[in-house]
Amino acid sequence: MSAASPASPWRGPLTLIAKRVGMAFVTLVLVSAVIFTISGLLPGDAAQEVLGQGATPEQIAALRHEMGLDRPALLRYLEWLKGIASGDPGDSLVANMPVADIISERLPNTLVLAGLTTLFAVPIAFLIGIWSAVTRGRSADRALNLMTLAMVALPEFLVATIAVLVFSVKLLWLPSITIVPQDPTLGEFLRAYAMPVLVLGVGVIAQLGRMIRAAIIAELDRPYVEMARLKGVSPRRLIFRHVLPNAVGPIVNAMALSLSYLFGGAIIVETIFSYPGLASLMVNAVTSRDMPLLQACAMLFCATYLLLVLIADTVAILANPRLRQG
Amino acid sequence: MSASPHVAVRNLCVTVRTPEGEPLRIVDGVSFDIQRGDVLALIGESGSGKTTIALALMGYARSGAQISGEIRVGDATFEGSGGATLAAQRGNRITYVAQSAAAAFNPSRRVIEQVIEPALIHGTATAAEARAHAVSLFEALALPNPKTIGSRYPHELSGGQLQRLMAAMALITRPDLVIFDEPTTALDVTTQVEVLQAFRKVVREQGATGVYVSHDLAVVAQMADQILVLNRGTVREQNSVQAVLETPVDDYTRTLLAAARPVIKAATPQVAVGEPLLSITGVHAGYGPIDRNGRAAHPVLTDVTMNIGRGAAVGVIGESGSGKSTVARVVAGLLAPTAGTVSLDGEPLAPALDGRTREQLRRIQIVFQNADIALNPAHSVGEILGRVLRFYHGTSGDQARQGVAELLDLIRLPAGIADRRCDELSGGQKQRVNLARALAAKPDVILCDEVTSALDTVVREAILELLAELRRDLGVAYLFISHDIATVKALCDEIVVLYKGTRVESGLRDTYAAPPFHPYTDLLISSVPELRTDWLTGVGLQSSAPFANLHESPDLCRFVPRCPVAIAGKCDVAPPPLRLMTAGNSVLCHRAEAELIRMHP
Repeated sequence: MSAASPASPWRGPLTLIAKRVGMAFVTLVLVSAVIFTISGLLPGDAAQEVLGQGATPEQIAALRHEMGLDRPALLRYLEWLKGIASGDPGDSLVANMPVADIISERLPNTLVLAGLTTLFAVPIAFLIGIWSAVTRGRSADRALNLMTLAMVALPEFLVATIAVLVFSVKLLWLPSITIVPQDPTLGEFLRAYAMPVLVLGVGVIAQLGRMIRAAIIAELDRPYVEMARLKGVSPRRLIFRHVLPNAVGPIVNAMALSLSYLFGGAIIVETIFSYPGLASLMVNAVTSRDMPLLQACAMLFCATYLLLVLIADTVAILANPRLRQG
Repeated sequence: MSASPHVAVRNLCVTVRTPEGEPLRIVDGVSFDIQRGDVLALIGESGSGKTTIALALMGYARSGAQISGEIRVGDATFEGSGGATLAAQRGNRITYVAQSAAAAFNPSRRVIEQVIEPALIHGTATAAEARAHAVSLFEALALPNPKTIGSRYPHELSGGQLQRLMAAMALITRPDLVIFDEPTTALDVTTQVEVLQAFRKVVREQGATGVYVSHDLAVVAQMADQILVLNRGTVREQNSVQAVLETPVDDYTRTLLAAARPVIKAATPQVAVGEPLLSITGVHAGYGPIDRNGRAAHPVLTDVTMNIGRGAAVGVIGESGSGKSTVARVVAGLLAPTAGTVSLDGEPLAPALDGRTREQLRRIQIVFQNADIALNPAHSVGEILGRVLRFYHGTSGDQARQGVAELLDLIRLPAGIADRRCDELSGGQKQRVNLARALAAKPDVILCDEVTSALDTVVREAILELLAELRRDLGVAYLFISHDIATVKALCDEIVVLYKGTRVESGLRDTYAAPPFHPYTDLLISSVPELRTDWLTGVGLQSSAPFANLHESPDLCRFVPRCPVAIAGKCDVAPPPLRLMTAGNSVLCHRAEAELIRMHP
């Protein structure tokens, strides 16, 4: 506590948050340099990929010149950075259309999948985490622990394959690929998304549930919890009014990690269910050496990750009176 | 007076399971009654079961413990046979004041919400009524700004304030029984007096029955009508406070009483001759950026000077925030001073650790307050001590084993303990090992930072005895830091009083027996509870300080805002002079010797 009280009660947290925002920007610029360098290290380039095995070195050099691939790396980097900053990451070298268009076609798909999975997984993770924490060491906790551990350990492709086998092949309940019809009814919509959401949710529920359990248990051991019990506070009020506000910091950070995974890490699910999302777009960009698309995807994933962590930090700062008052 | 007591406990047993799964009775066959409106003190060392018994009165047992026997509080019983269960009375008819209010308040919620919460969840008042009642309780408990203090968060309040706010929380439902669990143990003595006075006043006004858990007989003597002496979960003696203090019948009670009156263990103070072993000269230290004058943005020590002779014991005393631990950190090289020097045998030491030679490091050892934190729980006692022997003396193998055995003998522990891990030892044993770790270096001076503060009175006595013996036998010098003047007097020949990083008084032990003192020293000495029931009544409510609103300035006497005898036009304008008293102590004060003697009744 400083002797001189700040002019506004918001000055402390705002400086803290402004610092985080500044750091996020610096990180993003550093990341852009790394992405640009690493994508330049990949063997082969788009000119070679477009012309195929039979092309002569002269033809490749000509196309390289046409595509601007023979200019100095620093110049290309700065131009690219300028483009990204103004919202135009260039044209795809393979599809011959603006990267921005390709991404904006796929982005809604990824957002819908990530959003649905969040809506499905987060409440269940809270339920499991809280239930497990309050029954710590008892049989319910042990059973939940075993379950979440198994869910973490199971590889996604296995879960997806088993789900397809059970729900599509044996029971014939759900389609094995995710194709959303134009103007779907709610039923069609949910049927189409049920399996990818389920498969993605398994990992998120398990990870997040375990983190929530750990965060709550760390709080349950603190003396103020015993004090609350001795005041006659009911178990429900204890968790929601006393414990959760103090556990917000670690929980929102765990959530940020899970959500950023949903945004850019759903590659296996997208592949298995033939779902046109951003992760499969990026993998395609790697195989076709489509650097502008690859770099734009990578930047988008990093920016999302930084944004989510920033939001988590801000929530944690605002939830903690010590930090809030600077 | 009704015939049936308010609280009746018969054959109470609390059983826990040991890690091996064996049942262990931590409370065994305890029975007692409390008449309505009386205060019963549960007294004993840690492990005596006093807190467990107090919690059982609320039908509460810490994880895994089983309660059996009969407990009745008013109409409520443990099983609920009288119509209500004890658990249902928690926070309503039976309330609790926890030991550390700083930890027992929820850090993320405003204090007032937490204070009125019991009234709201038990439906004893509307939110508006509860708030009004809370404000009146804050007033009764002498809290500053009673109308607005509740809107603060726990981290914005001091320990003494939080402890009083917690008492308000316990009284908000107008309970029949209030349980105080060591409510002042974590407080400074000067704060403790204020809190005790506030507690006693409100409990009497409420007419509630009380249970007061404590290890401190002198505190209990002020608060209770009856005392129940406990040892290892059994009752040793129950009687009125007067009877327990004056005519104890049980041997264990006598041990407790003896330990509560520390005996002087140091030899007669010798006047230091020749060059001091360790001298601290004009040390300034602090945290944050340092300005041009060498002052840190958050100064902790201001111009601190003291000398420690070979084999001498110098005590540093002050309340929390006085900078007493910082003195040890500066001497040990853990914190570089911003100005001033520390010299060993006349040779200036490098300000920070990495500039000092291994020999210099060896000669100054530090012992921390909490042995649990200072000793690596994964290592055996032999490994902990052997490591120091190897580091400073290069001993290994049989020689090291021999060395460890000698050290254990020195601290009066059996040699077999070398193979045990620290977490298998008792608190007193751990503190001995902590001390042996420092002794293993064969140091010239040991910095003892609150080494007895976390210990029970009986164990503390034994550790002080050991420290005095080691000094006599090995000639090691101590810089002994404590908040407890009785402990310091028992061990040290010279005492330095620190207030907010300034040395306000220094002198030989005997000069602290009678005035003149610095007004702060006076406050410290008069705040130590005495073993008589009328002590708290006798301590006049602290006379208000004339400059209570004066903003503290580094150039003036730091004590002015709290000083009852500050002089207008002097203390608030000029820095105080250092006066040498006839008894030999020096006092940093504007008041002359005659005045300092006169103001003491």
